[in-house]
Amino acid sequence: MSCMETMYLFEILILSAFIGYFVIWGITPALHSPLMSVSNAISGIVIIGGILSFENSENINSEIMSFTAIFLASVNIFGGFALSERMLKMFKKKSDQKGKK
Amino acid sequence: MDVFHSILLLISSSFFIVALRSLSSPHTARNGNLLGMIGMIIALLSALSFHSTNDIYIIIALLSGALIGIYSAMKINIKSLPEMIAAFNGLGGMAAVLISLAEITEKNNDYLPNSIGLIIGALAFSGSIIAILKLSGKIFSGTIIFKGQHIINLLLFTAIIFLCFLLIFKENIRLFYIMGALSFLLGILLVLPIGGADMPIIISVLNAYSGFAAIGIGFVMNSVIMVIIGTLVGVSGTVLAYIMTKSMNRSLANVILGNIAGNKKNNIISTDKNIHRSSPEDAAFMMENATNIIIVVGYGLAVAQAQIILKKMADILENKYSDNVKFAIHPVAGRMPGHMNVLLAEAGVDYEKIFALDDINNDFASTDIAIVVGANDIVNPAAETDKNSPLYGMPVLEVWKAKTVFVIKRSLSSGYAGVENPLFFYDNTLMIFGDAKEVLEKIVQNLE
Repeated sequence: MSCMETMYLFEILILSAFIGYFVIWGITPALHSPLMSVSNAISGIVIIGGILSFENSENINSEIMSFTAIFLASVNIFGGFALSERMLKMFKKKSDQKGKK
Repeated sequence: MDVFHSILLLISSSFFIVALRSLSSPHTARNGNLLGMIGMIIALLSALSFHSTNDIYIIIALLSGALIGIYSAMKINIKSLPEMIAAFNGLGGMAAVLISLAEITEKNNDYLPNSIGLIIGALAFSGSIIAILKLSGKIFSGTIIFKGQHIINLLLFTAIIFLCFLLIFKENIRLFYIMGALSFLLGILLVLPIGGADMPIIISVLNAYSGFAAIGIGFVMNSVIMVIIGTLVGVSGTVLAYIMTKSMNRSLANVILGNIAGNKKNNIISTDKNIHRSSPEDAAFMMENATNIIIVVGYGLAVAQAQIILKKMADILENKYSDNVKFAIHPVAGRMPGHMNVLLAEAGVDYEKIFALDDINNDFASTDIAIVVGANDIVNPAAETDKNSPLYGMPVLEVWKAKTVFVIKRSLSSGYAGVENPLFFYDNTLMIFGDAKEVLEKIVQNLE
């Protein structure tokens, strides 16, 4: 990786940190659990690293490792979103009931 | 990476940011989750559109992972939610570990970012395993401290950092493996001393780790989206951990070093003090005649699985006796951030009736009855009055300002911090001993 590319990624990192900081402070404490679950699901983005790594692999060891990485990250992503959905559904229900009343 | 892929990933990142932002209110939260899913699908499609001969294996790994993930998320008992979240954190960390190992074996000699992915991924993985074992009670859930623990941790930490720098100058795959093994060990040792009530903090920290590991892999793969998302998740976990430590008036270092346990030993509850016992029948009678009631819930509610019956009691009080019932939640109640909110949501309590510490603390003075279910340290007045108390300075729910306080508790035992709670001996405090679920059932019977 060249020095310029690294610097470029660092700039992205710093800017994302600012965005993240302001976004997260705006989140209501009542939703901290779903927040963890959603942020956890999207941290499964490493799956893209797994896919790229798998496609570049030339020996069987690294193929198995990146294959497993894709699998684990996939569990993380889909499980995380499903869990968040399950939690958020419970929060949603009340406003619906209220609407009916 | 061409322009087409860059645009797709840019769109995907925007979706993720808006998704997180949507969690600011329960009204928009579910849309937020949907946006997150769309963002992820776009990112996956973009990665898959590179085409290769191996696509079929990638699809197999992806689909089998998706099936298992969705199945376990749907099947898991809501009671085990903290374990599940810790498990997903750990999996993300392990994925990062495997990718960095695969890259290094493929002669990707960019050691520094690979090392970061490996170290933090390993910490997240082994830390989460210990957290799960502790949460599910498979190993002692309190603090586990042995002699020289801090020194061993410090040595491990120094060795890992040293290896990390050494590998930049001297590429050596064996040292890389050793560094990984040491990181796994450090993850175990870091979480071992952390006990029950500190779990919300450690879960947040593990959450942050899974993000930082993704940043490392992002630098390995030279991928903008992984750096963006990794940073968002890392910041999210860090901010949560900060909020949790603030709510306990402790520093992160203090939590990690397990210092509060030092106060545990010499706190034998003095039984000779006067307590006022009460019964479910009396409680029911007093609640019928009250106007304003605030219910304070703690982890004990989750343990007793009493949330449904609690909601029933609140409903009867509101509908039959037209009492004004509110719920109060302390930020660190439970085993993960927002745990009690999920528990009450599961029972069907309207989230507009649930209030956070700062929003409700002034209301206790005008409240007839405060009911404390399964909570202890978060309602300890010593946190405000006793300078020698380990809890001193921690923001607490000022239940004692209510006219009458009912405390539903198994016994007089001290809370997690091992500190005696003077609240139990106050003149306006009435203790009801017993299992939260049974006591609440009796109260409901009497109310009906």
